[in-house]
Amino acid sequence: MSKDVSVNVHHVTRVEGHGNIVLDVKSGDIKEIQWQVPEAPRFFEAMLRGRHYDDLRPITSRICGICSIGHSLASLKATEDALDVSISDQSHILRRLAINGENMQSHILHIGYLVAPDLFGVGSVFPLVGSKHQDALLKIVQLHRLSNEMSDMICGRTTHPIRLVVGGFSMVPTEKQLREMKQRLTDAIQPTQDVATAVLSVADKLPDFSRETEYIGLSADNEYAFYDGYINSTDTGAFKDYKNYTDVMKEYIVSQSTAKYAKHHRKSYMVGALARYNLNSKQLHPLAKDVAKMFGLKPVCYNPYMNTIAQIVEFVHNIEDSILQIDALLDTTIKDEKPVKVNKRSGTGVGIVEVPRGILVHEYVIKNELCTKANCIIPTNQNHANIQHDMEELVPQILDKSEKEIELTLEMLVRAYDPCISCSTHYLTVTFE
Amino acid sequence: MSKPKVAFFDFASCEGCQLQIANLEEEILDLIQLVDVVSFREVMKEHAETYDIAFIEGSVMRPMDEERIKEIRKHAKILVALGACATIGGVNKIRNQWDVENVKKDVYGDAKIKGNKYFDVFPTKSVDEVVKVDFYIHGCPINRDEFKKVVVSLIMGKTPEIPTYPVCVECKKNENVCLFEQGKFCLGPITRAGCNAICPTNGSPCDGCRGILDKPQVECVQEVLDRYNLTYEDMKNRCIIYNYTKEEC
Repeated sequence: MSKDVSVNVHHVTRVEGHGNIVLDVKSGDIKEIQWQVPEAPRFFEAMLRGRHYDDLRPITSRICGICSIGHSLASLKATEDALDVSISDQSHILRRLAINGENMQSHILHIGYLVAPDLFGVGSVFPLVGSKHQDALLKIVQLHRLSNEMSDMICGRTTHPIRLVVGGFSMVPTEKQLREMKQRLTDAIQPTQDVATAVLSVADKLPDFSRETEYIGLSADNEYAFYDGYINSTDTGAFKDYKNYTDVMKEYIVSQSTAKYAKHHRKSYMVGALARYNLNSKQLHPLAKDVAKMFGLKPVCYNPYMNTIAQIVEFVHNIEDSILQIDALLDTTIKDEKPVKVNKRSGTGVGIVEVPRGILVHEYVIKNELCTKANCIIPTNQNHANIQHDMEELVPQILDKSEKEIELTLEMLVRAYDPCISCSTHYLTVTFE
Repeated sequence: MSKPKVAFFDFASCEGCQLQIANLEEEILDLIQLVDVVSFREVMKEHAETYDIAFIEGSVMRPMDEERIKEIRKHAKILVALGACATIGGVNKIRNQWDVENVKKDVYGDAKIKGNKYFDVFPTKSVDEVVKVDFYIHGCPINRDEFKKVVVSLIMGKTPEIPTYPVCVECKKNENVCLFEQGKFCLGPITRAGCNAICPTNGSPCDGCRGILDKPQVECVQEVLDRYNLTYEDMKNRCIIYNYTKEEC
């Protein structure tokens, strides 16, 4: 084939943060494929130096608007690990609810507002108002509202939570609020299944592309892991020495560029909903398993476009799990308890949680109550190299398509990863000859 | 009357303020009846070069950002700074305590970033340190109700009102126990209200995200510091999170 193709998407739309796609094909030869991230670096780790441990949570929350609860929880786990603080069972359940709420909010936003327009053949959700898909859109909005209001109830605010503090919570929801939320979650199961059905009706628009890669995420012995767990890999299995997380998440620099990649066992790996599904699908709650079956999703699924489907499955799981967690709180009656007192002043701690886009790590060194060093490993940064390698394998397979179709297929690939580029406290660019 | 054309742009930020607009849920469907959204990269593919109102989220950090914001200013009849990163620099200014080389070294170590334009950063600037800002929507994140009020005011050709009194006023109205009484250092006495004292109401001290009042009641603030045995230095340290400045405040 002697075809010329030029794709230059400067700032991919409907993703969080700034990323570019550059493709240059001359007479059928691929000259250049680049996934670029020109986001302004924000230097969060440096900002934390000298701050009191109580300030680390509110500052790192601001790394990302969409996963501010996840950053808050990774931050608190790291601080509490450093200062030997054990939170109460009640706080533990409340934090699990917070993580469910955020995962639901982020996933439904991605499925409904960012990916669905591609499947329905429009540029944004706005044209869906008044179209035949209006019913699905309104259900998506309703589920988005529910997810946010659950986070509001637990955290005081969904974006940049307030009540999450070192040692527990500055305030807790009332029993009445919990009972009402349980009812609303129960009522949300049907509309969620309706949205899944609407997506299924256009799921044939998701490209059929697979590339074997490694999947990394948290796993736990008795549940589908989000808040607690050990690092796990589809290639190498369990890694339980969490303090040495850098043995798995190896960031490295390529000689001809400033690029920071993350790799473990292969040249790249993937984190996020699909990684969690591939590692832990057996531990999903029953209705979530049904939805996976509906889409024919089976582990190990190597199609990155199916990440969106894994998110739908997780959304259902988060609803089911939240109902169980609220039941557990109601069984023991919720207490207006104060955060656990901190007695230690210095230490080093690591906090690892699963956030919507994958495994997130914060590590702090605290001396005399002040942070002296910090490191954050962000899910999207762990995915950048995998996106690049997917593009390199995908492009030769779709070169017979029109330039416009190639561009859309690549944009859809980036969107499938649900990148959260503002999170990129590190920076990455990919260039090769 | 044709609908005003509205565009959203983001610079160095967490994009949480634009998320607050998505978080208006069903109400966003009403708002888009009143305006014509012509550019909003986070949620739509289409993009237009002309617009009446530009909302800017984020701080300005690099020459390339400075060029881009100046270009946006040229096209916009009204420019609104959206959220703390844009209005006051916010957390992005924490790093201004150190010079640029120091923070680069801390985060990127020995990585070869010299000569790379994406890393060509200067000390963080708020939007009004680069171009003229017509209106401010404060907060980290912005308050959704305030955003709605500002949009409706602008459509009606009115000037949106921003409170000139401290967060303490709203906090008292909410009948909260003062956080100083609980041993916490709250910036409510010097911070611009408009958030309905959301942090103190949820048991956490105010971090000052809506900016320091143009005219804080200095004597009252001194009284509070004295009563709880706190110093001006302690307060300045608390202010670093959102309101870092090299000058004396």
